[in-house]
Amino acid sequence: MSELQDSLVELIRRASAEIPSDVNDAIIQSLENEKKGTIAESALKIIERNIELAKRKSQPICQDTGSIIFYIECPVGYDQITFEETARKAVTLATKKGYLRQNSVDSISGKNDGTNVGPGAPIVHFHQHRSPELKVSLMLKGGGCENVGAQYSLPHEKLKAGRDLDGCRKVILDAVLQAQGKGCGPGILGVCIGGDRATGYEYSKQQFLRRIPDRNKMPELDELEQDILKTANELGIGPMGFGGKTTLLGVKICAANRLPASYFVSISYMCWAFRRQGFVLNGESAIERWLY
Amino acid sequence: MIHLTYPFTKDQVLALKVGDEVAISGIIFTGRDAVHKYLHDGGELPPGVNLKEGIIYHCGPVVLKDEQGNWKVTAAGPTTSIREEPYQGDVIKKFNLRGVIGKGGMGDRTSAACKEFGCVYLHSVGGAAQVLAECVKKVRNVYLLEEFGSPEAIWELEVENFPAFVTMDAHGNSLHKEVLSISSEQLAKHI
Repeated sequence: MSELQDSLVELIRRASAEIPSDVNDAIIQSLENEKKGTIAESALKIIERNIELAKRKSQPICQDTGSIIFYIECPVGYDQITFEETARKAVTLATKKGYLRQNSVDSISGKNDGTNVGPGAPIVHFHQHRSPELKVSLMLKGGGCENVGAQYSLPHEKLKAGRDLDGCRKVILDAVLQAQGKGCGPGILGVCIGGDRATGYEYSKQQFLRRIPDRNKMPELDELEQDILKTANELGIGPMGFGGKTTLLGVKICAANRLPASYFVSISYMCWAFRRQGFVLNGESAIERWLY
Repeated sequence: MIHLTYPFTKDQVLALKVGDEVAISGIIFTGRDAVHKYLHDGGELPPGVNLKEGIIYHCGPVVLKDEQGNWKVTAAGPTTSIREEPYQGDVIKKFNLRGVIGKGGMGDRTSAACKEFGCVYLHSVGGAAQVLAECVKKVRNVYLLEEFGSPEAIWELEVENFPAFVTMDAHGNSLHKEVLSISSEQLAKHI
């Protein structure tokens, strides 16, 4: 077994069992804010205990260990084929160890071969950069939150949403309303304004690589992020949709160019069990530092 | 906190109301997408599975075999229930279910079946796989494992003080309907 494979198995274990500190802080804050004696508070207490227990037992925070999405930033000339082969082996091994559920189903036959490896699984995105570093991020995104993602095409007549930022605000808030508690709130939104149908969703997911306290560099988008967060938390959907003060923990928005004919707003929802981790490798295999 | 103990009687269920916190002890069976479609399409319950006065849990657990060959549940939170909406009412009626555990709530057809046949929807905390796995004291058996795969199989579990919240009771009340209505009104004020 290669050292890179060991490092990737450890990355998967850590992502599956340990909530990143920025997400943990946001959950603790929402527990403090919640009205005492409500079932919303009880639910958040169970969530808090679950986070602690998963870390201590080194077992999955959530049994739906989700889509396995790798983002790799690699130097020019890096052997992507070998990395991907190693990642597939690491995923199979991590599944045997119980860090991942047997979670990948053949869409035609309905069979689950228990390896988590198959066409389109795991998902691996490479991006070259001019630094000599190899940076690997991993996101595990469960099906419950994936299912409440939504893509709107503007103008949207029913929601009276036009092709401007106010129209974007209307459809994003509609997505929060439609999701209710089904995506395991309090959640985090990743949004892409523009792009095509595929890249819109792709970029919306990449927003989850940003830390929760991170502020948007574009003033218009920063304002929209803060507005949606505040407004969503006034809707009273609350943790698990039980009613309560925290519906969202964060909102992250990016923009991509679009065609004159298209205006998509793509919204991905991440559950409270927000599993992301990453590392920078020293050379090509040993972990130098963790990213989250 | 109200303690619910297997077998779950109609009287126990009728006494529950939306907003109650419960702790469930006894035998429960997991069943999610494949199982509901199978039962709805006329599939027979495998011998040994008895849902009468029972609870079905929308869950696809992580289950490992230890060195002695015993199954052990290592993660067991609920999956989203609304996908079973086309089937759940029939399953409640056909098998005399008293409870459904899941997350996210269900719709009018399930609510009507809960009212007609004396059943409740018990919302457990989505994502809380470790807290809930700790409540699973024993895996008694597994059914349809080969056909449906581990997450979709029927696992017969013995649970102790499994925490859940009544969000749809046997009297036609639904917290999910209530929150949707309140949040829709609130949103209208902000648009």
